[in-house]
Amino acid sequence: MGPKQIRIALAGNPNSGKTTIFNSITGTRQKVGNWPGVTVEKKEGSIHKFGCHLKIIDLPGTYSLTPFSIEEIVARNFVLEEHPDVVIVIIDASNLERSLYLATQIRELDCKVIYALNMQDVARSRGIKIDADKMSQLLDVPVVFTVGNKNEGVDILLEKAIELAESDIELPRTRRVKYSKDIEKCIENFKTYLEKTIGDNLSYNPRWIAIKLLEDDKILKDRVIEKTGDKGSEILEQARIHRSHIRNIFDDDPEITFTDERYGFIAGIVKEVMTTSTMQRIDISRNIDMVLTNRFLGFPIFIFFIWAMFQLTFTLGAYPMEWIETGIGMLSGFMGARLPDSILKDLLIDGIIAGVGSVIIFLPNILILFFCIAIFEDTGYMSRAAFLMDKIMHLIGLHGKSFIPMLMGFGCNVPAIMAARTLESEKDRILTILITPFMSCSARLPIYIVLAGTFFPKSAGTVIFSIYLAGIVLSILTGRLFRSTLLRGMDAPFVMELPPYRIPMLKSLMIHMWDRSKMFLKKMGGIILIGSVIIWTLSSFPQNIEYSADYTAKMKAAKQTLEEQTTLVQEDELRELTQEYEKETNDLKRKLRTETTEKSYIGHIGRFMAPFFAPIGIDWRGSVALLTGFVAKEIVVSTMGVLYAVEDNEADALKHALRESGMTPLSALGMMFFVLLYVPCLATIATIRKETQSWQWALFSVAYSTLLAWGVAFAIYQGGMLLGFGIA
Amino acid sequence: MDIPSLKNTTEIKLSDLREKQTGRIVRIGGQGHLRRRLLEMGLIKGTRVYVEKYAPLKDPIELIIKGYHVSLRVEEAAQVILDEVRQELTDGS
Repeated sequence: MGPKQIRIALAGNPNSGKTTIFNSITGTRQKVGNWPGVTVEKKEGSIHKFGCHLKIIDLPGTYSLTPFSIEEIVARNFVLEEHPDVVIVIIDASNLERSLYLATQIRELDCKVIYALNMQDVARSRGIKIDADKMSQLLDVPVVFTVGNKNEGVDILLEKAIELAESDIELPRTRRVKYSKDIEKCIENFKTYLEKTIGDNLSYNPRWIAIKLLEDDKILKDRVIEKTGDKGSEILEQARIHRSHIRNIFDDDPEITFTDERYGFIAGIVKEVMTTSTMQRIDISRNIDMVLTNRFLGFPIFIFFIWAMFQLTFTLGAYPMEWIETGIGMLSGFMGARLPDSILKDLLIDGIIAGVGSVIIFLPNILILFFCIAIFEDTGYMSRAAFLMDKIMHLIGLHGKSFIPMLMGFGCNVPAIMAARTLESEKDRILTILITPFMSCSARLPIYIVLAGTFFPKSAGTVIFSIYLAGIVLSILTGRLFRSTLLRGMDAPFVMELPPYRIPMLKSLMIHMWDRSKMFLKKMGGIILIGSVIIWTLSSFPQNIEYSADYTAKMKAAKQTLEEQTTLVQEDELRELTQEYEKETNDLKRKLRTETTEKSYIGHIGRFMAPFFAPIGIDWRGSVALLTGFVAKEIVVSTMGVLYAVEDNEADALKHALRESGMTPLSALGMMFFVLLYVPCLATIATIRKETQSWQWALFSVAYSTLLAWGVAFAIYQGGMLLGFGIA
Repeated sequence: MDIPSLKNTTEIKLSDLREKQTGRIVRIGGQGHLRRRLLEMGLIKGTRVYVEKYAPLKDPIELIIKGYHVSLRVEEAAQVILDEVRQELTDGS
């Protein structure tokens, strides 16, 4: 047998320094994933210490354990069902009273508990002194002081945790929150009743079951029904009787009375263990907020920070992007030169390297963006941003924090959707994820530039700006629509802590950034790989197309003619001839490319889809371009280039060809709106699926946005035709 | 606008307080999730609340309670009933 394995769960309020302690225990040996079935991040880490194998599980940060939010349910279920050997509750020493609310609830759960009084230094600087021994004695729980960001006390904490895990002390059944006499009597009665009726059926502490049922805990009620069968309804009926008894005495809902009494109990403990000296303290955080959330300065500074974030992301990110692009070019050039011509080579270079390359290129942007977001989060500025923006976001039925993902959407939808993780309520999160794709990402811009530049040369800027604006308006309307239909229900309470500002630790910023980027690479890599292979296959098969002309022979002939004449003519003439030859071969190559695409499967699909696009004024070539846009918007312009038979890198030529193709300003406008609204790219769909943990939401988003795109484009095109704007 | 007088035993909504005023919580109205959440964050009967500031768009409100800062929307703050409202000159906590 190997060393003893001990599982330690970390619990605590948000902003209690829990993550810092977790990072300082586990370092980089962390595994980040999701709790099964929900989008709550799960972090685990394993280390060897003091001859034991320690597995540390970071529970979601919560203020309470009432099953209202997913985080609370996850944290509670873990302690109840997975039976960790020890639960460490991180208590913010500078915020003792509120921290103890969660801590006492965990203590009631019948598990081995240690309290870590964290951020002792902050507390001391505020003139707060805590008597740990007394607290330990009063609550019958070991108490350790820690300063997470200086790694102080963490070893002692672990040592105590192991000691506690290995001790086989019977859990003190007596320790509990002491409620007032009437309630205690009620709990006792109900508990005795429960012990008689269910016995050990639920494997939880009967006192705890009694209290929770008196608090009308929905999850536990469901569980009682599930586990006790027929007796369930009788038990719940008893609970109801006891509840109305308490309601009669206290003239309020029992769960309110319980909360009150718990705080009363805590107030008693705090009075005994904490002393506050009346020294006049300078509260740096408050002073910072005098500026950062100032009535006049708050918004300008906020806008500046956001602007700086974008600048950093897209200008600083442009350099490594270029390197990666060059690298990919070199790689495919190298492969092109070394490998023998074959389908496999085409697949590798045009399919896989080109496809995956088009996504990997965003890695620098994503790293920088996430680094900035990590700074916002770790310093505490994120909650100030939410504080500033909440009024505006609330109009859409969203939380102030939804602003960040939506804003990031203008850069790239993938990290934007991932940033929706910072939202606590699942409804807010899903709604934010559904409307973020309407924020026009940077990959869509080249399409607007080509179309608006071609058909609205004088007012291209205004047109593009209106499209961006339309995206915002439609996201607001969509938000309101879904809020009142699909995602109906009460707004989650805003109630949000504004934690003191902190200097972020580089290590934690890096871990934060890397965790998210790793997820991007892993998931997007897989999906994009498959998607690129599919698109490549569709556009390069069937292989034996019957061309309308033998292009290869023609090209050979042209070359031969040139070679024959080389020896016969003067130098001047030769230059002319060479130019002519180049022009001819380019022309032939272009025709070949066009015909290949036209006759490939994707061309067939495009023609098949043409009737669908006809009512919005887009021909089959536009349809194919839009179809490839499902994979990534970067491809659309290049596909159009191929289909409208344009030579590489000739923007003006494409403009010319587009105008020739029968497209009108009206259909171009429709197409731009279509591009704005339909699915941004395959990577976005994959991210939606990942973040909502459901294919349904991902497919719903695809269906909704495509339908909306079609509807809007239809309204523009047909409406415009009716009004007589149809003529080019 | 009428300013609540210095020694006031009449009840007033938290959302009617101005910046730098404090009051003592008498009760929390509303129901369900919000009410429970407010209580859990420490807004319980008898606790003093200090209005640190209103956001630039007048919503939400930043409060100091039990020594920490928390923000509520105005509509949520309207559920918190206070008395003993007074102007605080130095510090809220």
